Amino acid sequence: MADRTRPSGLFKNVNAKIASIPMILTALCVFLGGTLWTVVYSFTDSKLLPRLRFVGLDQYERLWSAPRWLVSIENLAVYGVLSLILSLVIGFVLAALLDQKIRFENTFRTIFLYPFALSFVVTGLVWQWILNPQFGIQHIVRSLGFESFTFDPLYNADIVMYGILIAGLWQGTGLVMCLMLAGLRGIDEDIWKAARVDGIPMWKTYLFIVIPMMRPVFITTLVIITSGIVKLYDLVVAQTGGGPGNASEVPAKYVYEFMFRAQNLGQGFAASTMMLLSVAIIIIPWAYLEFGGKRRG
Amino acid sequence: MASPAVFASSAGVEPHGPRPRRAISRRNVIVYGTLLVVAIYYLLPLYVMVVTSLKGMPEIRLGNIFSPPVEITFEPWVKAWATACTGLNCDGLSRGFWNSVRITVPSVIISIAIASVNGYALANWRFKGSETFFAILIFGAFIPYQVMLYPIVIILREIGLYGSLWGLVIVHCIFGMPILTLLFRNYFTSVPEELFKAARVDGAGFWGIYLKIMLPMSLPIFVVALIIQITGIWNDFLFGVVYTRPDTYPMTVQLNNIVNSVQGVKEYNVNMAATLLTGLVPLVIYFISGKLFVRGIAAGAVKG
Repeated sequence: MADRTRPSGLFKNVNAKIASIPMILTALCVFLGGTLWTVVYSFTDSKLLPRLRFVGLDQYERLWSAPRWLVSIENLAVYGVLSLILSLVIGFVLAALLDQKIRFENTFRTIFLYPFALSFVVTGLVWQWILNPQFGIQHIVRSLGFESFTFDPLYNADIVMYGILIAGLWQGTGLVMCLMLAGLRGIDEDIWKAARVDGIPMWKTYLFIVIPMMRPVFITTLVIITSGIVKLYDLVVAQTGGGPGNASEVPAKYVYEFMFRAQNLGQGFAASTMMLLSVAIIIIPWAYLEFGGKRRG
Repeated sequence: MASPAVFASSAGVEPHGPRPRRAISRRNVIVYGTLLVVAIYYLLPLYVMVVTSLKGMPEIRLGNIFSPPVEITFEPWVKAWATACTGLNCDGLSRGFWNSVRITVPSVIISIAIASVNGYALANWRFKGSETFFAILIFGAFIPYQVMLYPIVIILREIGLYGSLWGLVIVHCIFGMPILTLLFRNYFTSVPEELFKAARVDGAGFWGIYLKIMLPMSLPIFVVALIIQITGIWNDFLFGVVYTRPDTYPMTVQLNNIVNSVQGVKEYNVNMAATLLTGLVPLVIYFISGKLFVRGIAAGAVKG
């Protein structure tokens, strides 16, 4: 505030400003500039190379009438909703179990979290192998005598997203568990004592006292999971390659294909702008609640 | 010591003090049972990877994926490392491994150096607009990468680094910046203000305070940053695909190309050995770093 009136404002903290040049360049040129650039060019008919010939909402109309895009959106919705709910539930239950003052807590936590250290490519390839109908789970159950048992999610267009979901949950629930555990550890011990004195059963204490108290943790986790879900790409590429057919296409893959394979940049820009929009719908209200409220208070 | 009054009032009703714990209560069985079952589910893929990579192909065709190898062979590992083919190149994953090393090492060093200085400036040397830039940076962390892919292609092409390892290094520095800057900013903010002021009085400047006071104090946070960056960059796939050429592909991209290539007979044991090899670096980091890894995750979840 005081800086504004000083004439030497620009040269104050020169070193700090010089040191911040990479950050400023990244923030302005890449994050802000790049995003605006893509949004602007999504209104053009760029093909192989970006060019500024505006065609209005043409790209968006074509996008929303492309069956492949509609499949992508539907897939992401199915995957997103299920993975959000399941990873929150599983993550919380695991965290609650680990919070029971048990032995080997560190061992269990290490086991639940290690998949998170692995890349989506590795995750996708392992589960591709486990779900392989010829050798994997289906083969084993059949060889136990259930000849008609069928479980081949990666080769069945109707359930392929669930096959990807299994892998995604395996990779990501450890993270949710860790965040939830940190939240549970932040709950005052006295609350547990008070609930016990009042004779409230444990599950009720969790449901009606602890979870509402952990609202900030849940919201943060929600934002982290959601922004991860929108980026879903590597896992699909590694596990199914978008197949069978186009059955497991996702928006991020659609964008990549149109930008770098089909040489239809305009479509790619329009699709990525839609991705941006969907994230904005989640992030802006969150940011408002998180930071806007503080400013008022 | 409990007062006699308490003793008197509760003496006739119920035994006082903590109940002696039985090792096998119903509650314990449920808790440990569930945890054990889930732990097995989580460990299964790792086990399957190891077991498959040690079998020969005939054994894989006959047996099931969960059975331990009858005859242990390290041939798939050798093949995955040295001779597995992607397209026309048949020099195995080793090339991808070294590419990944050459990408990860400079990216980690440069991005941490930049971000730590940034975080330090944001915490102790605020200037007009610094918070705005920081806010843009944090929002940038949530923008889907797809939105920024092509503008970065143009930028890299302009400076002549598109397709090279150094281009990818720059990209990793850019996208690592939000989380790392946040990490360092929060850490340096928690350093007592008096320390900083004392150094100022003694005549130390921006770099002097950073190098002589902040840096030696913040070793743990540097380790956390190191863990986040090494695993993150090693595991990256999207940027590798977009910003490098086949001869500079990082390990993850090459792995995907080896396993998902449509040509030739599928060699599942080689594939699993290759997968395990690629996952080995982050796994080793994870098991060595232990609690610090968890701290890195928590740092990622800290709200700005």
